Amino acid sequence: MQRRQTPKQPLQVHRKKQTDLSAWRKGGRIDPEKSVQNHQSPNNQKNDSKQDSLEQALSYFEKVQDRVSLKKNNVLQKHLTTVESIALQRGLPPEGFDVLLNVALSGKLSDTVNTRLLKSLIPASVIPETSVVSSVSWLCVSKCSSNIQLLFLRWLITVFDFIDHKERLHALYGFFFSFLQDEKMCPYVCHLLYLLTRKENVKPFRIRRLLDLQAKMGMQSHLQALLSLYKLFCPELVTITLPGKTKTYFKDSEGPWKATINTVRQRKQENSLVSQPLFLGTAQPQSRKRKWNTQLIIPASSTNKNNLEEDREKQRVDFYGTNESFPVEQLQTFSQLLQNIHHLEFPSQMGSVLTNPLLLHYMNCIKDESIYLRLYYWMGQTLQEECTWYVADNKQYEEFKDFLETVYKAECFLQEGFSSCEEFLYKSLPLWDGFCCRSQILRLVSWIPLSSFSEMKSHLYDPLAQLFFTSSLYFKCSVLESLKELLQNWLNWHIIHLDSESDSQAHSLNTTLSGLVNVVAELIDFVGWISTVALRLENNPTFLLYFILDFYETVCDMYLRYNLPLLIMPPAGVFYPALLSMDSVSLNQLCYIMYRYRTNLVAAKENELSKKKILQFKFSSQTYQEYNQYIIAMVGCLWTSSAFQKDIHPQGLCMDDELLKKTTVQEFKTSFNIVYHPAMMGYAVLFLQQAWPDDTTFNFSLIKGKKWNWYLEYLYAQGLKGLKVFIESSINRVSQASHSKA
Amino acid sequence: VAPGLMSAMESVDGAVRTLPSIGRLSRGLLFGGVHGRVGLSPSSRLLPPAPPSQENVDSQKTTFLLRKQWTLYSVTPLYRFSDTHLKDYARLLSAFIAAEKQKGLAVEIGVELGIKVAISSLPDLRGSDRDQAAILVQLSSRSPASPKNSEEKVIWSGWFCSVSGDDFSENVPEDFTCLPLFLANGAESYTSIVGSWFQKTFDCCFRRLAISPLNLSWMAAMWTGCKVDKTASAMELVFSVPHLPQPLDISYAIHPEDAKALWDTVQKTPGEITQEEVDVFMDCLYSHFHRHFKIRLSATKLVKVSTAIASAHCDGIIKFLQSQYLTGVLMLLTELAISQIQ
Repeated sequence: MQRRQTPKQPLQVHRKKQTDLSAWRKGGRIDPEKSVQNHQSPNNQKNDSKQDSLEQALSYFEKVQDRVSLKKNNVLQKHLTTVESIALQRGLPPEGFDVLLNVALSGKLSDTVNTRLLKSLIPASVIPETSVVSSVSWLCVSKCSSNIQLLFLRWLITVFDFIDHKERLHALYGFFFSFLQDEKMCPYVCHLLYLLTRKENVKPFRIRRLLDLQAKMGMQSHLQALLSLYKLFCPELVTITLPGKTKTYFKDSEGPWKATINTVRQRKQENSLVSQPLFLGTAQPQSRKRKWNTQLIIPASSTNKNNLEEDREKQRVDFYGTNESFPVEQLQTFSQLLQNIHHLEFPSQMGSVLTNPLLLHYMNCIKDESIYLRLYYWMGQTLQEECTWYVADNKQYEEFKDFLETVYKAECFLQEGFSSCEEFLYKSLPLWDGFCCRSQILRLVSWIPLSSFSEMKSHLYDPLAQLFFTSSLYFKCSVLESLKELLQNWLNWHIIHLDSESDSQAHSLNTTLSGLVNVVAELIDFVGWISTVALRLENNPTFLLYFILDFYETVCDMYLRYNLPLLIMPPAGVFYPALLSMDSVSLNQLCYIMYRYRTNLVAAKENELSKKKILQFKFSSQTYQEYNQYIIAMVGCLWTSSAFQKDIHPQGLCMDDELLKKTTVQEFKTSFNIVYHPAMMGYAVLFLQQAWPDDTTFNFSLIKGKKWNWYLEYLYAQGLKGLKVFIESSINRVSQASHSKA
Repeated sequence: VAPGLMSAMESVDGAVRTLPSIGRLSRGLLFGGVHGRVGLSPSSRLLPPAPPSQENVDSQKTTFLLRKQWTLYSVTPLYRFSDTHLKDYARLLSAFIAAEKQKGLAVEIGVELGIKVAISSLPDLRGSDRDQAAILVQLSSRSPASPKNSEEKVIWSGWFCSVSGDDFSENVPEDFTCLPLFLANGAESYTSIVGSWFQKTFDCCFRRLAISPLNLSWMAAMWTGCKVDKTASAMELVFSVPHLPQPLDISYAIHPEDAKALWDTVQKTPGEITQEEVDVFMDCLYSHFHRHFKIRLSATKLVKVSTAIASAHCDGIIKFLQSQYLTGVLMLLTELAISQIQ
């Protein structure tokens, strides 16, 4: 429950999730539509071309004359599809509504086209009031069919909250009221009036009209709704008694738009880390079917309104007004954050910081236990309540996935794991099928903070290993990837911690150097173990080997890059499959790793010798011994063609000459050197072709002496940089090393 | 469908004969006693001390909590809650309710909306002085027929409490108030409004608190052992049979004295109950039922327990029946609520 120390990454390490400061602008006075596009730099070109085709379509509809038949006119078809697809994908810009409403309600085109146009009126941000007003005037001249009129009204009801101003719309109250006499339109007009009505609209003549209608049409729920609203405003004018409880006044009038509007909004939020201008608040529509509080909603940032008398008095005492806090709703830009950082208050619900990068920045600067605790409780409860493999009802899968994604992004932003998330993983991993929200769960694993081995083993390693061994190759690679990230996060945390050693309050049992070394060593051992087993289960695929060696690329450099006095060699079950791999990528990677091990070990040895006093940590002689065994095997294989004689590793390649003869392989001694190695032979063939273009016998034995050096240069030029650094550092010295050792 | 409603155990001896199975049934090791971060149930619980008889006078103040169905919720600690501001909270909550009820309509300030909010403290409802006093929220309405001078009618009530939850609250910073258990009676729409207000105002989180069959069997055992003065009603256990096309419930009623006699043979240390004892007790009841009806209740799911003390349903619904055991029951519920939020 305590806020636990978790890794932070040093600034020099590039993180793809960290976005630049220029992105912190939250729309503000800029046209929201345009600012959204600015955030999507990778998609910019695609968007530009879409923008163009939309503009073309709009100008087409602006100028279109008379009744153009859809079937015969390809141009109309094309523009109509453009409008539809853009509307579905990201909604239409404010300026599009005027044009499209005008054409749809003017009756110029067929009803099929008008319907399709109206159905695609999905707002990307807001709908200008002027376009709505002008469409009402079209309605009054009844140029369009009654079906289109109805569709328009339903649309207006659905998007009512998206209209930017409503004053002039209110002025049309009487017009709308007059539409009540149309029997078909009546229910929708009632609904619209219900949304528009203010106290001053309630007039005796209107009440009479409504009562007349009721007498004519019978008790209709939509009329009752309007009447009860009138009664609420002017109880003295409406004297009839209305039935008290009516569950739904209006039939579902959300039409075909509501779902699309929500999708468009969600997609927009995904596209930018910065949350959108919140003209509707971020709360998603409540579904009626679910019980209270079981819907996943990240609260919107709003100021804590829990300011009572006591607080107000405090403010009066404060002459300089510095206590007056800056409302979070107004926080839009990074510079505002900087200017107001001294009197900013966290929102009333901490959960809202997750979608607000500015507040995440602020959170990073504040060392206050209570903000973490508030977030901890909220997130812990939400994760458990929503976890789709806890709760039988699986319908909220997408929501849950998005939520995990949001949590992960916030963790990357803060460079720190949430402890509620850690606990959630510990509780849920044993029940996880390894499939549901896979990439989200595995990425969250990479932010698990350091803790004791026994805890890690029972809560993380054991359930993960079970899934690992029984799942696909792809899953195995994803697990290895996330464990590599986990290791890097720990190491980064360690390096930050070293820099701020004076900050002694951060020390706890878990974070002493020996504790850290042990926990890191255990993680590496675990990965070594599962890698060995996985290579055998999957029969050494290059793909898997790549992820394993990638992990060891971090391991081999821990001493120099992260200042951690620990080096662990890969197990033989990883080393030999890589050495004998059929693929030059793996072999090259192994060479690079062995070169880095060497560099690290040499540096450690020098450090040990230079400092007279006994160091707290030094590498065990076993590490050096293991390294030497591997290097002898490697040089024996690749260079001196003596692997089968000289390999001294107990699980190595050492084999009896007699046994090798029985294989009837000729020249077995050379079969793993850089010419004959199955991973290298392709290069050797190409080299021969270039060096002796006329010779078609592929006489590999020609590569020796001076040609051997040319061949090496050729290999280096082919991009085998790992091989290069390995050979340059290790080959000539290995004889010296073995001399000095002896 | 209730294939067997038994009025009484035929003899206590019959049940006692099944006792030799204690050794094999022991589940002590499975529940390691450590209340770890993954929230295992404790292997033993202390019973609340027997209520002193004087307290019955005070319990007048809590009798209105009895014989009502309460829906259980767990609540994470309330941030910046202070019980000196209850009146202000009531005012703010009442404005919030008005706004919610009139969603989408303009609300005129000062207009009576017919729902009155009262928030008060229930200082009697706590385990010790270290517990926060319980907080009661009541919504009442005037009848619309005669708005003036008619009596107010409580339409919804809910209360937060913590009974012996001090182990938890001691580890929480000062800014937080620990009242981990919330009980609501009334329309869920009001629960939703009130709950949302508390969530928004005190940054807390409400979650339904279901009671697992394991905990229901704990309740069955604990409540069986309690003394009740009057002739008590039968103890009833309701089981639901899983994986059937139609729901099938089995109701198992036992005479309270027989149940008590059985329990007394099972319980070893007075004042303390272990998981093992609970298992033995339930197992005796199961084998007795099997002898008569050839139905193995251990293969079904325990969904409801009713005794003279209280009745509890696995969906997280409880009814208190005896005021002197109110705090005892609340203590167990507080523990369950804490384990859900920790």
